Amino acid sequence: MATRELEVQVRREDGEAVIDLLGDVDSSAEQALMAGYAQATDGGAGSVKLNFAGTEYINSTGIALIVGLLAQARTHGVEVKASGLSDHYREIFEITRLADFMTIEGSSDA
Amino acid sequence: MAALTRTFRRRPRRSEAAEAQGPSAAATPAAPPEQTPVDIAPNDPLLAYFQSATGAVDIDTLELESPALEELKAAGVKLAVPLVSQGELIGVLNLGPRLSEQDYSSDDRKLLDNLAAQAAPALRVGQLVREQEAEAVTRQRFEQELEVAKLIQQNFLPKELPDLPGWQIAAYYRPAREVGGDFYDVIPLPDGLVGLVVGDVTDKGVPAALVMSATRSVLRASAQRLVEPGEVLEQVNEHLCPDMPEKMFVTCLYGVLNPETGLLRFANAGHDLPYVKTADGVIELRAKGMPLGLMPGMDYEEKEATLEPGDGVLLHSDGVVEAHDPERDMYGFPRLKEAVGKFPAGQELIDSVLEELDAFTGPGAEQEDDITMVTLQRSSGARHAQAASNGRVLAEFELRSEPGNEREAIARVEAAVAGVGLEQSRLDRLKTAVGEATMNAMEHGNSYRADRPVSIRVLESDGRLRVRVTDHGEAVELEPAETPNLEAKLEGRQTPRGWGLFLIEKMVDETRVESGEDGHTLELGLRLEGGGDGDA
Repeated sequence: MATRELEVQVRREDGEAVIDLLGDVDSSAEQALMAGYAQATDGGAGSVKLNFAGTEYINSTGIALIVGLLAQARTHGVEVKASGLSDHYREIFEITRLADFMTIEGSSDA
Repeated sequence: MAALTRTFRRRPRRSEAAEAQGPSAAATPAAPPEQTPVDIAPNDPLLAYFQSATGAVDIDTLELESPALEELKAAGVKLAVPLVSQGELIGVLNLGPRLSEQDYSSDDRKLLDNLAAQAAPALRVGQLVREQEAEAVTRQRFEQELEVAKLIQQNFLPKELPDLPGWQIAAYYRPAREVGGDFYDVIPLPDGLVGLVVGDVTDKGVPAALVMSATRSVLRASAQRLVEPGEVLEQVNEHLCPDMPEKMFVTCLYGVLNPETGLLRFANAGHDLPYVKTADGVIELRAKGMPLGLMPGMDYEEKEATLEPGDGVLLHSDGVVEAHDPERDMYGFPRLKEAVGKFPAGQELIDSVLEELDAFTGPGAEQEDDITMVTLQRSSGARHAQAASNGRVLAEFELRSEPGNEREAIARVEAAVAGVGLEQSRLDRLKTAVGEATMNAMEHGNSYRADRPVSIRVLESDGRLRVRVTDHGEAVELEPAETPNLEAKLEGRQTPRGWGLFLIEKMVDETRVESGEDGHTLELGLRLEGGGDGDA
């Protein structure tokens, strides 16, 4: 599996801001992820969805980035959802209890 | 208008007598159209005369010591109009007498001069196009030859390297654009011995590739029949000498390794000396011998060295040390020797040397010669002994402590366990655990220091898979993994980080930490049970 630095694309879907994550969620993803979040919440969105369908690799540093994003969202009162997670990373979101603080949507093979 | 001259450039050889229908309506054919061309030798003074002439030249009245001029006169040519483009004579228009048998008038000459001024550049363009077409064909043929050479070469390099428990073998070959004659081989021999070969044929392209393939075949055959590396080279030399093309020869290092004892016996036919990284520094493996294919009846000195646990050998071709930087300085043996000393052995060494070479030659530099490297590394003693009692070694390698290298660890462990029947979900868990353990070792154990590699071993025994990740950190106890407090992290009372060890413990069936004086080992254990529905 080749490494791929994260790129994000932000779009609106049914009044919700969706951040499409394309690439690896690891230490190199911080800037892109935070820029994506800033862009997504720029218009005062009440809900942000992280779409992991374009992600093949998430490591502990990536988990920490998501925790950081989640912490920031909570202070702004923004709801965070996740979609497109593979079975494996869905399990990791459950083990780390991230799933307790964000809604996990969609089938695993989204 | 029909072409009246034979085109030529720089070294014109001939021009044709005119088929003088055209430039002037008054002109008449003075000779049949099939008239034979007149040759002008390159040293004929007529050429210089035409070159500097300011217009049409009267042949009858021209006095020159020139064989070509005599021929033109004999052929009945009356007027010659040099075609000059950008100061260069590119052709001559030869005309016979006018049909009216009168002399050419000044109007005729003016017309002819104008015509020549217009025709010369057009003719030149035509010549250039033709030259370019010819060059393109030559270039295409050259590229095709390179392809053939590359195919031969690649066909005779090993498709895969043998699996030697307790040893790591890695090889690298990168042809130059104009393919050279490098080759390497790893030959399984009777009694568990292993033959190692690195060689280089002088010359390039198809001839070198053919000699390389012949050498490799003869060497493989001889290696199976003879035990002594010196005898093998002697025999290969005898076989090659009679048919070796002139000015070609082959340098070659051949060694026979006993993987059990680490004894390496070797002989050298004029090839660059291999380097061995030992606990006491880097040494060269020296043995005397002439290159193969030069003359029959040669003796090859035989030497031996024992590769101790932890030692590593680098065999290489001259494409490495003879690479140049933009100032034409060579990379050289001292730099390579230093690289062997400072980088981890195995694949890591190859990658590091390539990185250094690329930096040395500068961006965009074309590779001058084939580059070949083969490394052989013996696992360190304790771990080797353990391997013997602890089952099958599926993989063993070292990685440099650099951010992102955990991905390499994941990929190599995944490849190593491909055949053990691990179901996909458990494979995914193992991959995450290996990635985290490697990151942990690189960051906390080795502080991302280049001289502290991470060693990884993958073992299988009794239905269990074990991945041992070893760093070279100071002798401090690894902290046990605590369950991270997510609430505290979300409220900003704790750093959002600190998931690595927690994840590792959740991903695998068991973990074990061993701390020694020279580092820590984190062992990840996973049962192979229930692998039936997986796709591994």
